[in-house]
Amino acid sequence: MNVFSQLGTWFQECSASLGSVFSTFPEGCQIPLKEWTNDGLKSLVRNYGSIFDVVNDQILFILRRLEGALLALPWWLVILAIGVVAWHASGKRGLAVGLALSLVVIGMFGLWEDTVRTLAIMLIATTLTVMVGLPIGILMATIRAVRATVNPILDGMQTMPSFVYLIPMVFFFGLGNVAAIFAIFIYAVPPMIRLTNLGLRLVDKQVVEAAEAFGASTVQVLWGVRLPLAMPTIMAGVNQSIMMALAMAVIASMIGARGLGAEVLRGVNNGNVGQGLEAGLAIVVLAVILDRVTAGYGRRLDYSTGSS
Amino acid sequence: MAKIEVRNLYKIFGPRPHEVLLQVRDGVSKDEILAKTGHTVGLDDISLSVEQGETFVVMGLSGSGKSTFVRCVNRLIEATAGEILFDGSDVLKLSKTDVKQLRREKLGMVFQSFALFPHRNVVHNVAYGLQVQGVPREERHQRAQRWIDVVGLTGYEHARPGQLSGGMQQRVGLARALCTDPEVLLMDEAFSALDPLIRREMQDELIRLQQELHKTIIFITHDLDEALRLGDRVAILKDGRLVQIGTPVEIITNPVDGYVEAFGRDVNRTRVLTAQAIMDRATPIPVSTSPRQAMNSMHELHQGIDYVVDGNRRYLGVVTTEAVAAAASRGDTNLAGALAESAPTAAPNDVLENLLALIGSQPPPDRGAR
Repeated sequence: MNVFSQLGTWFQECSASLGSVFSTFPEGCQIPLKEWTNDGLKSLVRNYGSIFDVVNDQILFILRRLEGALLALPWWLVILAIGVVAWHASGKRGLAVGLALSLVVIGMFGLWEDTVRTLAIMLIATTLTVMVGLPIGILMATIRAVRATVNPILDGMQTMPSFVYLIPMVFFFGLGNVAAIFAIFIYAVPPMIRLTNLGLRLVDKQVVEAAEAFGASTVQVLWGVRLPLAMPTIMAGVNQSIMMALAMAVIASMIGARGLGAEVLRGVNNGNVGQGLEAGLAIVVLAVILDRVTAGYGRRLDYSTGSS
Repeated sequence: MAKIEVRNLYKIFGPRPHEVLLQVRDGVSKDEILAKTGHTVGLDDISLSVEQGETFVVMGLSGSGKSTFVRCVNRLIEATAGEILFDGSDVLKLSKTDVKQLRREKLGMVFQSFALFPHRNVVHNVAYGLQVQGVPREERHQRAQRWIDVVGLTGYEHARPGQLSGGMQQRVGLARALCTDPEVLLMDEAFSALDPLIRREMQDELIRLQQELHKTIIFITHDLDEALRLGDRVAILKDGRLVQIGTPVEIITNPVDGYVEAFGRDVNRTRVLTAQAIMDRATPIPVSTSPRQAMNSMHELHQGIDYVVDGNRRYLGVVTTEAVAAAASRGDTNLAGALAESAPTAAPNDVLENLLALIGSQPPPDRGAR
């Protein structure tokens, strides 16, 4: 392969420059990871570009539909629905009313459309996060080798500066919402994976043993016992992922995500403090809503407290 | 044939159990094995058999291997070597699928920590075994309801475990284990987590159930009182070794070593030993004996009191020397006139505690001249 022949020449150059190795860092010894990565990405796009196009079109289609539907509905109906969901999740009427009113205020900032756009991006990125994160988390909790492999990767992903994720996404999907959604997804998926794994492994071993003692199969134990009992922790994972996704939604505006993030970016570019503040407040409200709803459902699924 | 027969069962915990097994078989002690190889000997050459319909208690302190033992029976823990014959076929040789089948259909288990499913209500907990088997919802709920009634939880069907007291939770655990109608019930310290009063109540409940169900029960406990109360036979484990197997009376009256004896020291013997264990052979007098003859024989035996039986050696009552003398002076031809009010009686399998109560409740017959 291409990479191996490159590795060969690199070795030759490196050994040739060994003479002056102690005075300055030998120039021939530089690892051209930059070039390798770029070449690799290029060949990936060249060879599998059609797949990325298909994915791009599909996600874009769903996003447009969702955005369109949310914007086609009267604003007060959407706000009412969000309020009802918040009430159902948290069981606190005051909180629900407060959140609905904050949304009205955001509408009065003239940011209703941007908020809905961000919400749509968030919903899709979060769905993607759960769809990918949950199975990986389950595999991690079940198979030791997967755990040993995935854990360091997650460590790396979480320490990597978030801006770095933006670049390859543009490579694959071009500037725009889809690239943003995937950048958000990659940034937000580690907590989902980690907490799914943790939740499953924290389930009372004796309860799992009891299920096994009655002859339950691995799948029966997973679906009937471990997943339901891990739900509070898994919901905490969803919650964490959403919070990270919101943070990334702002950064992803740099590669063309529309919505509140773009509004913040515009504020930065124009030195418009007010514009940035309004959009920032809208993001805070969105964060509080998503946090309270997911945390509320997580609490309701917690049976360890004995109530309900 | 024994329901379950265990032959030379070994369990060694650690990365290379089979290498260590050789040393264990050579008789190297548990402590030495741990120090030299880092392996823990869980079970060391256990052989025993459990009969059909018997309550077999395995008792020992923590670390004695009793919980490991019971988990080897249903393969929640894989034994290192040995055989466990269930109806004659070796459980340890079963494939994974067959083990599942065995657990589903023939084994029920009750846990110390109850291990109920906190997200399921009582009915769904009790019906779990049937659900795993794929029994249709309607039927499994009907069958679960029956066992909920039997353990006295009617009305709590839709409560979640977290809403029930410890005793009630373990009733759910018991119903859950019985619901699949298993042949063998494994009870791992089932009542140890309950307070003494509730524990006693659950023991009574189990005894009552067992009188109707005649299940084969392997009951694990660290409490000798409980072992002796419930067990038809008791096996005592120490450091993974079998120290003694016997009936409760044998364990108390005939401990094989100081360890077992020390266990038995705190036990209330009057609850274990039966009348049979302390009774003497009496030389009763037939009722047809003449009073004078009776006086002679009682004098010879240095007895101030004797038991009177009829021609079929059935107990009629007691006579004292005083009463016999009176009958003789009256010129009676037999002892019928000298019989005292019938004294209290006890059956051979009555425990001493009950005899003491009898004795306390009634003054003994007058011992007469002596």
